[in-house]
Amino acid sequence: MRNPLSDVITTIEPSGIRKFFDIVSEMKDAISLGVGEPDFDTPWHIREEGIYSLEKGKTFYTSNAGLKELRIEIANYLKRRCDLTYDPDQELLVTVGGSEAIDIALRAMLNPGDEVLIPQPSFVSYLPCTVLAGGTPVIIELEEKDQFRLTAQKLREKITDKTKILIMPFPNNPTGAVMRREDLEAVAEIVREHDLFVLSDEIYCELTFGARRHVSIASLPGMKERTVLINGFSKSYAMTGWRLGYAAAPHVIQEQMLKIHQFAIMCAPTTSQYAAVAAVRDGDGDVERMRESYDQRRRFVLHAFEEMGLTCFEPNGAFYAFPSIKRFGMTSEEFASRFLREEKVAVVPGTVFGACGEGFLRVSYAYSLKSLKEALGRMERFVKRLDGKV
Amino acid sequence: MREKILAVMEKNSRIDIKDLAVLLGESEMAVANEIADMEKEHVICGYHTLINWDNTSDEKVVALIEVKVTPQRGMGFDKIAERIYQYSEVNAVYLMSGAYDFTVFIEGKTMRQVAQFVSEKLSPMESVLSTATHFVLKKYKDHGTVLVQEVQDERMLITP
Repeated sequence: MRNPLSDVITTIEPSGIRKFFDIVSEMKDAISLGVGEPDFDTPWHIREEGIYSLEKGKTFYTSNAGLKELRIEIANYLKRRCDLTYDPDQELLVTVGGSEAIDIALRAMLNPGDEVLIPQPSFVSYLPCTVLAGGTPVIIELEEKDQFRLTAQKLREKITDKTKILIMPFPNNPTGAVMRREDLEAVAEIVREHDLFVLSDEIYCELTFGARRHVSIASLPGMKERTVLINGFSKSYAMTGWRLGYAAAPHVIQEQMLKIHQFAIMCAPTTSQYAAVAAVRDGDGDVERMRESYDQRRRFVLHAFEEMGLTCFEPNGAFYAFPSIKRFGMTSEEFASRFLREEKVAVVPGTVFGACGEGFLRVSYAYSLKSLKEALGRMERFVKRLDGKV
Repeated sequence: MREKILAVMEKNSRIDIKDLAVLLGESEMAVANEIADMEKEHVICGYHTLINWDNTSDEKVVALIEVKVTPQRGMGFDKIAERIYQYSEVNAVYLMSGAYDFTVFIEGKTMRQVAQFVSEKLSPMESVLSTATHFVLKKYKDHGTVLVQEVQDERMLITP
């Protein structure tokens, strides 16, 4: 029999998170700080809108680009929160989570050999999606000394005449890093200078802490026409299971993304789209409430790290902290595996998000205070043992 | 800081002041002082325990009573309310807008006990015109907390 498989897919490594997940699943009664989703239930008024749509029999396909009503609300939202003007008919596309939007944006834009700049540590799917779309991934290794921000220098170093797309994964999973307006301006200047495009994954845009709110790179001068902005409902409104995201892009790109979406997906789930209308229209208060709650827990986790002598730069976005474990002379994976075995707490090794995540752990604080206390207490005990203090 | 302290304590009055200070990014001293001030100013009026009596073997009957009154000369609603809320059986008294004047929550061991209170204590009061007693059959949610379900974390242990 011939090899049934594609050469491309077989060269792609399965997600490191999968591997670690399998180890954790075998562990009975392990507790976790490894979850990449909110601990809130979807606010009831949003769930109810979904239920109501089912009661009314709204069980058919929507238009390929998504419910018009939803696209209008998304356009209003982007205007209100990011001061961006998008045409709901020509420039918006509702997708199955932000993940689909990443995939089809890359597929719509890449030709064989085009290089895609991927800052790491970052979400696990940029690299495989680039490869599957025929592009060549080029990693930019971010560093703690820069607070895991993308600097102009790091960007310039990796640009070649084949570079086409820069991925901007901020606020960042797993580091919690954010890019401030001045950081974005420095990046945008280089992007314009080299005629690049930006795929800006802003799924955590509502979760930034402190007085300064998230700024979208698309809102900088001359950037909207070269940016595919990706966002969704999962993190802002605690709607991960609804699988709903969107892309906002110049019509020339949106049009081609829509084509792939139309053939591969048809349309995003109808029930989720109706629920999402309620989320964007009336959900600003929910977002505010959840952000405050994450912010409190963020402080709690950072304080606990300080107490146990783990260095951690201050994350200003998403719901992750990224403490350094370099002083223990172990790899991230060794640390995470031992911590799991000895204290039954799951954290994610930083290397899952790129080789430069070595020496770090991703700790999610999307947990109740009670769970955090328990897990961090065990972490303190573990660290003390490593330090030979017990 | 006040509002934030209250928002946390309303849900969890037993939280350590140390933890609370960390959550809010304030010093322990500042938080303790603020709480003490709020106690003095009767912003914080007590620390109670939310009990689901249905899950105990104790029998308890709770009734909501609508009370209509006629305020008399020199005796406004506040005076009448006081005569009602002084009874230890009375858990809560609210002055209402709309069809009746007071909502009175009463707790007793048996329905007869509650009925007796209404007929012997409440109704005979001079200012009371009429009462309507509604017994609580089941509490689903109280003080913002759902009583009937257990909350479980159903998320997978590790996700990207």
